[in-house]
Amino acid sequence: MPTSLQSMPRADDGAPVSKTENIVEVRDITKFYGTDVHALEKINLGIPVGQMTTFLGPSGCGKTTLLKIIAGLLEPTSGEILIKGAPVSGPGPERAFVFQDFALLPWATVLRNVAFGLELRHEAKNEREKVARHYIAEVGISGFEQKYPHELSGGMRQRVGLARALAVNAEVLLMDEPFSAVDEQTRRKFQEDLLHLLAVEKKTVIFVTHSIEEAVYLSDQIVLLSPRPGRIHSIIRPEISRDAGPDEIRRDKNYLDHVEEIWQDLRKYLE
Amino acid sequence: MILFGRQIPAFFSLLIWGGIWEIVGQLDLVFIFPPLSSVLVALVEVAQRRDFHEAAAVSLKAFSIGMGFAITGGIFIGFLMGRVETADKVLGMWVNIFASAPLSSLVPVLMLLFGLGQLTIIVTVILFSIWIIALDTYAGVRHISPSLEEMGKSFGASRWQLLYKVLFWAALPEILAGVRMGLIRAVKGIVIGQLLVAVVALGRMFQTYSRSFLMEEFWALTLILFVFALGFSSLIGLLEHRVEYYAGTRI
Amino acid sequence: MATTIGLSNAEKSEASAFGLSKITLYQLLSILGLFALWEIGGLVPISVAFPTFSETTVALFEMIADGRMIAAYADTLKPLLIGIGISAGFGVTLGVAMGLNRRFQWFWEPIFIVLQAAPVAALIPLITFIYGIGLAAKVVAVIILALPIIVLNSYKAVRNASASLIQMCQSFQGTRLQQIWKVIIPNASPVIFAGLRLGVAAGFIGVILAELLITPTGIGDLITYHRSVAEYAEMYAAVFSVIVFSAITVGSLERAETRFFRPDKKVGR
Ligand SMILES: Nc1ncnc2c1ncn2[C@@H]1O[C@H](COP(=O)(O)OP(=O)(O)OP(=O)(O)O)[C@@H](O)[C@H]1O
Ligand SMILES: [Mg+2]
Repeated sequence: MPTSLQSMPRADDGAPVSKTENIVEVRDITKFYGTDVHALEKINLGIPVGQMTTFLGPSGCGKTTLLKIIAGLLEPTSGEILIKGAPVSGPGPERAFVFQDFALLPWATVLRNVAFGLELRHEAKNEREKVARHYIAEVGISGFEQKYPHELSGGMRQRVGLARALAVNAEVLLMDEPFSAVDEQTRRKFQEDLLHLLAVEKKTVIFVTHSIEEAVYLSDQIVLLSPRPGRIHSIIRPEISRDAGPDEIRRDKNYLDHVEEIWQDLRKYLE
Repeated sequence: MILFGRQIPAFFSLLIWGGIWEIVGQLDLVFIFPPLSSVLVALVEVAQRRDFHEAAAVSLKAFSIGMGFAITGGIFIGFLMGRVETADKVLGMWVNIFASAPLSSLVPVLMLLFGLGQLTIIVTVILFSIWIIALDTYAGVRHISPSLEEMGKSFGASRWQLLYKVLFWAALPEILAGVRMGLIRAVKGIVIGQLLVAVVALGRMFQTYSRSFLMEEFWALTLILFVFALGFSSLIGLLEHRVEYYAGTRI
Repeated sequence: MATTIGLSNAEKSEASAFGLSKITLYQLLSILGLFALWEIGGLVPISVAFPTFSETTVALFEMIADGRMIAAYADTLKPLLIGIGISAGFGVTLGVAMGLNRRFQWFWEPIFIVLQAAPVAALIPLITFIYGIGLAAKVVAVIILALPIIVLNSYKAVRNASASLIQMCQSFQGTRLQQIWKVIIPNASPVIFAGLRLGVAAGFIGVILAELLITPTGIGDLITYHRSVAEYAEMYAAVFSVIVFSAITVGSLERAETRFFRPDKKVGR
């Protein structure tokens, strides 16, 4: 484990926090698909509350698997997931998932899609639609409430997926490569909106990505996974000050160093 | 299904259905259902009869000639529709109409025009199967990724080369699916045609058996047809399986 | 995506000239061409049993005017509707159950695969022995042809319901019942409906076949009768009307499918 693990985590108010509270604990998670596909091997990990944690690693190393196990969508072969100290099995109201392929109901309007999580909880129609409208505005797609998913661009669809996850007011957002299906401009805009939104909403986010730049730009904590069977290679805390504008950050020495360091680490797996 | 910790293959349930048939037959509940065992005995007997051999030969001949026309014609129409916009709009309408039309009503007309013989049966086979082959070929051609075609062109393929070296193979999974559906429909077409014409081959045998209440023989003949239809379609299914690996990946 | 919608609209407006789009114009021309060929074929004539298009049309209108055609359709459509109704109710339920439950699937799937692939039409002559030659016999003929298609389509529709939507529902703690009613069935309904449409087409074949083979009533009888008395124009009119009727019925079912079940297919292609 690199030394950066011991360094101080960044807190939202800027004051140093000596000990972070972990909202999610991953304990000894091992996962086999069938008998011979060994996807994950003894993963131990803490996800600090209110921070953005990113899973980064070569394709097929088990990022999606780990995220879905945390979400309760997949059963681990062994090990357990603790949420606020209590072990959980299966999905729960404190976690909400943002899907890579959006997973929007094609037969439902944006409004119903965003309110779907609340609909499943039997909330009254006008109540849940009020909440949905709020988050539709929050993610910046007001005016599209009555449209169907096929009438939206990829970036807008992902905003619907995000609004749906926000609407259930879960503390932890799990996102599996949410930007992989959108173009680069949309992606950058989305990243900034996401950072802004998270500052307002105070969520804990676990985020899977393929992009080193994206990981360094967004995260408080980057978990680097090694190829199958996935193990934790290292945990990096970029500690980038987000007071500066996005363009300055991308030119920041600290930022560029981290990108380079991770690239050197990952490059080994390509050979 | 898993029973006692063991995977029971799906077709095993057919044995249960066979058992139910046997019991219903033994109990003599409905006279059109003789016990399966006696149907099987009759099957062995029917299969050795000379009139069956003749009927089978005649039907097989009509089937192969009709299918030959239907496959070539269907693939041709499908490609035409898939590649030429106007053909798509004009032919598409007709192909769709005939693919779902109650073709059984056309058979009497065919009987008038082509006589009460082999020719009517062949035309029936073609009419029953060609449209679905055309529709599936069309779907296959429409699914070919444009970049594959551009690849062919950029390497200097002629129109003809493009067609039989790239496009045909790219559409093959759907074409085979269409041929399989076409085969199934063709067997139905043969049966319907011969039932209606009634004086030839299997149609005559069916009529004789049902008129003289020979239920065992009737079911035996039906079972032979079922087995033939299923056997043939699973044969094409095997072929389909060989190209399946690229069927889903093109989109 | 927004731009592609704009584009396809532009294409549409370009394609329409004189209020008729090019597409329907060509289709209209092909229909007229076919009628012209038919007329010429009848004038030659290619066979004594081949009336011209105009003779057939006259016969058609006469038959409609004197009520024969309408009575015949009533006779044919009644068993078709009853048969489809029964097949739909039973078939969709069974198919959905098969898609949701492995044991059901294990037991029912093979038998319906056999029934769909096999030429069950061969059994139609047997129906008379139990159900006589009345309405019931025709209903049974419709059911044995339509039911397997409806069952298998409903089953496949449920089986292929989007795994990612189901996971989405799970992630929001939807119950199994909510999953079925709010995700799986709406997701499956286009394919289920398409199965019903195919079932109608198959049932149509079945009812006509029954009328030609075992119960001389309805359109089938119209065809058989006029053939036997060599009134070929009337016979062709009956056949022609069946083809047109089924094309319209199946076509409108298809449009209904796009309209109600596939909002994503409505715009462009
Ligand atoms: N349902 C499954 N059955 C069998 N093996 C699976 C299944 N899902 C994933 N795997 C295997 O487990 C490993 C990890 O898969 P996972 O999808 O978690 O990887 P990933 O890191 O998300 O990859 P990517 O970056 O390509 O999305 C892969 O080798 C994959 O082949
Ligand atoms: Mg993944």
